[in-house]
Amino acid sequence: MSGRISRDEAAHVARLARLRFSDSELDELAAQLSAVLDHAADVEALDVSGIEPTSHPQPLTDVTRADEVRPSLARDEVLAQAPSVAEGQFRVPPILGEAP
Amino acid sequence: MSGAATGRETALDDGWELVVGLEVHVELSTATKLFCACANRFGDEPNTNVCPVCLGLPGSLPVVNAAAVDFAMRLGRALGCEVRPAVFARKNYFYPDMPKDYQISQYDQPTNIDGRLKLPDGHVVGIERAHIEEDTGKTTHVGGGGRIHDADYALVDYNRAGVPLVEIVSRPDIRTAEQARAFVRELRAILLSIGVSDARMEEGSMRVDANVSVRPTGSDELRTRCEIKNLSSLRSLGRAITFEARRHVDLWSSGERPRQETRHWDEAGGRTTPGRSKEDAEDYRYFQDPDLVPLAPSAETVAAIDAALPPLPAARRAELVAAGAGAVPASDAALLVERDQDGLVLAAISAGADPGLTVTRVANDLAVEDWSKVTPDGLASLVALEASGRVTATQAKQILADIVESGETPEAISERRGFQAMAGHDLAVTVDQVIASNPDEWRRFCSGDDADRKKLAGFFIGQVMRATKGRADGAAVNRLLQQLTHGPTSD
Repeated sequence: MSGRISRDEAAHVARLARLRFSDSELDELAAQLSAVLDHAADVEALDVSGIEPTSHPQPLTDVTRADEVRPSLARDEVLAQAPSVAEGQFRVPPILGEAP
Repeated sequence: MSGAATGRETALDDGWELVVGLEVHVELSTATKLFCACANRFGDEPNTNVCPVCLGLPGSLPVVNAAAVDFAMRLGRALGCEVRPAVFARKNYFYPDMPKDYQISQYDQPTNIDGRLKLPDGHVVGIERAHIEEDTGKTTHVGGGGRIHDADYALVDYNRAGVPLVEIVSRPDIRTAEQARAFVRELRAILLSIGVSDARMEEGSMRVDANVSVRPTGSDELRTRCEIKNLSSLRSLGRAITFEARRHVDLWSSGERPRQETRHWDEAGGRTTPGRSKEDAEDYRYFQDPDLVPLAPSAETVAAIDAALPPLPAARRAELVAAGAGAVPASDAALLVERDQDGLVLAAISAGADPGLTVTRVANDLAVEDWSKVTPDGLASLVALEASGRVTATQAKQILADIVESGETPEAISERRGFQAMAGHDLAVTVDQVIASNPDEWRRFCSGDDADRKKLAGFFIGQVMRATKGRADGAAVNRLLQQLTHGPTSD
């Protein structure tokens, strides 16, 4: 148990993810998240000199497609599972706050 | 050397200097979106260009549009950037305009870094980066009299979600509101020249945010800045920067300090209003998108982009000014390049047309959306007709308008409309008749001061035009009038 993540930090991360937890849950999650970071620290401690950094497990770059239009979904189908619909659009609660 | 700040708009109180950096979002004019094959098209019915990828449905995976990357690199090179290997990252936030709850962008490894944009006045603005990201959906608030906070609900259209964007981030090198506008104008001209965006501010395909701060003149510190959003025109941009700079000067001068925050430009009220504070900072938890692999353009790819880059606006303006040999003002050259009419004018000039007159006719009388029927040869013939005095300036304008509509030759139009400038004896006779019918005006013309003479010359020219049904050349009538009172004049 290293305590790399405090309860406050766990609460902050939970808030960013719009999740609500009790204090005891936060303590438990802080411990679990700390264990994940412990593992990352173990990996970080390895000697990787001479190894190229990678950002993806596959040694691939530039996987692209041609700029050609393909059919989109039918709008009825798109909106069929929306909880609320108006004027061909998704109807959502009024948004407080701003778009980033 | 920067251009001098002139006019009320850019004037700051003594001892203060404006520091502005711009963030410009540009929608790329690819056929499809950045990560899926839905059409990238403005103005379609809501939610008709959407699929599992841009709706963020579970299990869908993004695939990068090769053309979007190519366009972004083209823009980077046009801005003198270094094109780098790049990685896509997720910017996490909750807002219904992004159904995945993250926007795919580039963060610490963007495609383009370290460029520059030279304004027509010679001032150079650094470009920090120009990275690729996806656009968000469009939300419309309904009810509550249009005020977001009173709205009853919001509607979301995802046609725009996933449209490819490049965000161009300038360094804080802009010192006047006029330079900020010039930066956006020049950037727009570059985008149009290299064909990667239609860059329409009014349609939102080019969106500008301004980071504004002030500092004591001569210092090189960077003080607290505010980010101004909601700038939908060049006019708003200039007004907002000026307002915000004055607000900062007032705060600093009275011992206070601005708060670092996002502010909104209120066009009707002519002021900025506070938005989100940057202090309870967004925490976007950027991380590399595991669904996408890096971009690693080779040196050959970048060289091929350089080789295929068309002439940029500055070069096009310079070519036009050079072809005019002193007869083409810089402002007309800029206008013609902006309208993409420089090629037409250059071709007409090399077909023998008088450069100054060609530029004047096109700059003043060809401000139309579709001028595809105007050919270099047609334009050259029209200018030749006018230059030789066979048609008047007014008639030349009419002929040009007819060419735009029908594509006929200037000669055919002139013939059909019975245009043939009245000259020499016939014109002199008509002028005499008009003078004889208006003896009072003529007496006042002969004895009046310069202002009277100018006004009355206008009167007589109007009368002659009426008598000749517009076939007279106004300048020739004026010369006759002056000769009749003073003897021959040099013009």
